Amino acid sequence: MLTCKDFLRELSDYLDESIDTQVRARLEEHITACPNCWVIADTTRKTVQIYKGMDPYPVPQDVQDRLMAALERKIAAKKNQSGESSS
Amino acid sequence: MAVTSQPTLDEAALVEQSRQGDTEAYGQLVRRYQNKIFRLAQHITQNREDAEDVLQETFLKAYEHLDQFQGNSKFYTWVVRIAVNQALMKLRRRKNDKSVSLDETIDTGEDTIVREIAAWDEDPEQRLSREEIGGILDTAVQSLEAPYRSVFVLRDIEELSTEETAEALGLSVPAVKSRLLRARLQLREKLTRQFKRKGDDAFAYL
Repeated sequence: MLTCKDFLRELSDYLDESIDTQVRARLEEHITACPNCWVIADTTRKTVQIYKGMDPYPVPQDVQDRLMAALERKIAAKKNQSGESSS
Repeated sequence: MAVTSQPTLDEAALVEQSRQGDTEAYGQLVRRYQNKIFRLAQHITQNREDAEDVLQETFLKAYEHLDQFQGNSKFYTWVVRIAVNQALMKLRRRKNDKSVSLDETIDTGEDTIVREIAAWDEDPEQRLSREEIGGILDTAVQSLEAPYRSVFVLRDIEELSTEETAEALGLSVPAVKSRLLRARLQLREKLTRQFKRKGDDAFAYL
């Protein structure tokens, strides 16, 4: 039987489903018998899920405008450079 | 070669057109990923002004080095790698502190903390507004130390693979895995304090 510590060590891979079926079976056997580890696994899964559902921060318009202006300058400079080197 | 001007051009075509100096094509790539890059930059630098700089520097640098983009990874992953480097540089400069080093030696991966063991409310969104939940999530991530925060942000917020995260941060795969576990457990701990079901914290200490 796995200890709680063994279980915790494998928790991330267990949640990511990146472990082989034998280890998985042993972990599942452990959480069926251990309510604490069951709660930890469940709340860790929810932690990961709630962050995955977060919206990206919209870039404010003024920041976007500055970025585009800087890019246009850069692109123009690059064009000039390659124009000079090819002529 | 037929050139279509559909708004949903595939990424490889946009990259190729950008290489040839098509501002509009590169603008499309920027618009596609800027929100995610901005979020990542804010999470890593923890500073709005730095995040704005990182956003700009990232897309300028990416444009400048487009020729080096091989096309065997996704454009987004490649840009993330640039953004992470820029963000870590800012963080180091601002904090002037060795604790932001991502060296592998600081990590033992053993002392995973579990104190709060309680089931959560079925749906925290019934009790808390979206903004309140967003605030709780941000505060919790910000409280992580940089090595854990960076791994968590890339793996669980930006949803890069373990291998992509390792590559972006210059870490080994086992280091990414052990930091991710620590980060997740620390966040679980913090969120449990906020989201636990009332009267449901009577479980024994592990």
